Amino acid sequence: MKSGVNWKIGGPAGAGIMSVGHMFARACLRHGWQVFCYTEYPSLIRGGHNVYQIHASPKEIKSQKSQVEVLVALDQQTIIKNQAQLSQNGILLYDPVATTLAAKKPDRQYLEVPWGKMSQEICGSDLMKNTIALGASLALYQGDAIVLKKLIQEEFADKNQKIINDNLKAVEKGYQFIKKNAKIQMTWPALKKIRAKERILVSGNEAAGLGALAAGCKFYVAYPMTPATSILHFLAKYERDYDLLVKQAEDEIAVINMAIGAAFAGVRSMCATSGGGFALMNESLGFAGIAEIPLVVILSQRTGPATGLPTWTGQSELLYAINASHGEFLRVVMAPGDASETFWSMVNAFNLADKYQIPVIVLLDKYLSESPSSLETFDTKKVTIKRGEILTQAKLNKIKDYKRYQFTKSGISPRSLPGLAGGEHQANSDEHDEYGYSTEDAAIRQKMMDKRAAKLSGLVKELPQPKIYGSKNAALTIICWGSSKMPAVEALNDLKDVRVMHLQYLCPFPAQFIKKNVNPEKSIIIEGNQNGQLQQLIQQHTGLNIKKTLLKYDGRPFYPEEIVNAVNQLKR
Amino acid sequence: MALTIKDYETPIKPSWCPGCGNFGIWLSLRQALVKLNIKPHEVALSFDIGCNSNGSNFIKGYVCHALHGRALPPAEAIYWANHKLKAIIAINGDGGGFGIGLQHFLHACRRNVDLLYITHDNQIYALTTGQASPTSAKGFQTKSTPFGNIEEPINPSALAITAGATWVARGFAGETGQLTELMMQGIKHPGFAHLNVLQPCVTFNHLNTFSWFKERVYKLEETDYRPDDRKRAWEKSWPNGGKIALGLLFSENQATYNDQVPQLKKEALVEKKLGPVDLTKAMEEFH
Repeated sequence: MKSGVNWKIGGPAGAGIMSVGHMFARACLRHGWQVFCYTEYPSLIRGGHNVYQIHASPKEIKSQKSQVEVLVALDQQTIIKNQAQLSQNGILLYDPVATTLAAKKPDRQYLEVPWGKMSQEICGSDLMKNTIALGASLALYQGDAIVLKKLIQEEFADKNQKIINDNLKAVEKGYQFIKKNAKIQMTWPALKKIRAKERILVSGNEAAGLGALAAGCKFYVAYPMTPATSILHFLAKYERDYDLLVKQAEDEIAVINMAIGAAFAGVRSMCATSGGGFALMNESLGFAGIAEIPLVVILSQRTGPATGLPTWTGQSELLYAINASHGEFLRVVMAPGDASETFWSMVNAFNLADKYQIPVIVLLDKYLSESPSSLETFDTKKVTIKRGEILTQAKLNKIKDYKRYQFTKSGISPRSLPGLAGGEHQANSDEHDEYGYSTEDAAIRQKMMDKRAAKLSGLVKELPQPKIYGSKNAALTIICWGSSKMPAVEALNDLKDVRVMHLQYLCPFPAQFIKKNVNPEKSIIIEGNQNGQLQQLIQQHTGLNIKKTLLKYDGRPFYPEEIVNAVNQLKR
Repeated sequence: MALTIKDYETPIKPSWCPGCGNFGIWLSLRQALVKLNIKPHEVALSFDIGCNSNGSNFIKGYVCHALHGRALPPAEAIYWANHKLKAIIAINGDGGGFGIGLQHFLHACRRNVDLLYITHDNQIYALTTGQASPTSAKGFQTKSTPFGNIEEPINPSALAITAGATWVARGFAGETGQLTELMMQGIKHPGFAHLNVLQPCVTFNHLNTFSWFKERVYKLEETDYRPDDRKRAWEKSWPNGGKIALGLLFSENQATYNDQVPQLKKEALVEKKLGPVDLTKAMEEFH
């Protein structure tokens, strides 16, 4: 545990766990360190058990670790549920008034901080306990208190002066308490300021929102559903600054049909949801398919089926996203592996949707959607917007007999948009002829199906191939998709002669690449579901039977330590 | 050249049963658009699925032929995306509009989106060959209610008035003159306009026939009724002594949805220039 900060704070919902956790993460970021945050919380507003975990390091990091060296327990639950994660020589911070310790382990350190009493002294209530714990934590890591105080002043800028002063006092009290009282053995490097590139701390959802803004999304519509909701919050906040319309609709059926309507009218539009909402959208996904409407849908997975574990993670919607809706139609399914890839995959999602006039599904999950990590700021100069074949009035004037669904070799037919003379047509959920008029003619039906399917050959040529991390010629391959890339790549630090193959673009499936680059006897598939959905896909498309898997479906993400263990067992 | 009803023609001829109420509504809609001098490329129409919505093939324009009961959400979004279109019209039947898609209706009412919502109300599911619909009379015998419909019918106009619609009217497929006039008013009304059109289904509804309606309807404009009071409008929307009011039940001027969105004051969404985008402001909070 010499890599950096591995810190975790826990307490009941409503006790400000998330806010001080995030504050500590930003303090690490402002020391020039790289940060990954992982949160857990139940589906309720008060009570329960919330945790915020930070892994920070002067070097690149990809995920949280299962072991922490500092555990801050604001309540008894934190001790009961998380004590086992405390590493050797790790420190448990607690207030003996609020919590009791059954047995102290000889190789752990225990530090009493009376934040209850200290908070009473500051504000006459328990309100400052979390901030005192924050100040104490920073002192343990020998961080710069000025950095934290500046953050507090920024964060509470719109609050009254008493709240700011109380928080500043709380930081100072916690910080000084450790300086004066703590006789602890340091086993980790101090949180020293270093010079670093400009970075931001963003979650996958925020990266998706930023990516949508950069890509020129002008209409975003959603119904609140964890863990997709923070995309709605983020875009709603900035709708006026970035000149788009953000709409909360009555249900997910309205949501997707509104996104379709706006796209039909020519606007780049997007919606996002989780599994339950996506289920309601299914019928309409096929409408976008048959009417060839460009559409971007984010599906942030949580633990199903049904309501499942609403605030926990999982990767059980891969086959669902690929097969959702009745009938056969072309779509793209992509699953970015981290927040940075999420940003760029949004840009690509809009471009692919427009060029091929198809629905594009971006698969995220609670783990990626809600885990903030530090990234270099996005270089928007590298963003290109390709709207595909959209006719102008001048071009339409030259066309005598416009056919919206004209049979073409590429399968792509130029669109016209409402308002343009001579481009009138029907975007039809019924099967239709080249003009869009309903038809049940067998020959036209077959030809129209073939036209839509013909887009596949162009599409597969431009989809990025799976990426390989670690040594190219390594003996063993960890195969994963979506967010599991983060702990898998982190695990490489503790593995030798192992590489990670990450599949971001899953539909259409990169069968040739897999056939060429995978030895099934020397591979292990890691995914967050019970049935091995990627394992099935690989077998379906390539015939390769990869028997070794590490599957997880308890609502928790993979930890790099679990992956290391699984791979090491294979080597034996 | 003056715009005529022929400009709205398509190569597809109507497939409705002879005597179907849809013919009258179809005629009135095209007449209203022509009288308002709106050209086919300046109108967006959103249909659902049903006998009425097969009409998507019989009228020229930018047509979204959506899923069953879902004409409203695309129409609302077309309005948000391009409110500079001269007319946006959503068309549902009573089955799709008041059954599977009822929620969209109520929410569109309270949003005051600037569009005309026409519901073809023949009190029956016709394209599926005759089942009870949400507006079928109590006791009505259909294939799905062979022993008589147990449920009470919905009153669509009363719902629209209650949910906050700013323009609510009722028409009859047998009164095309009045219907054309109502459609013109509904298109011009700045805000959400709901026009419920009573119509017979000559094939599957042998209760609510042309003569059944003729005996019961009367025109509000021939009375001293004033459509400016929501409560009075609600009362007027119910049959009284077996008589059914036709005409404008309620109208008021309120700010439309887009009137209240600063980013839509100048250009329509579809006119906004895309890229390059400066993300500095949106990234500020992440440092």
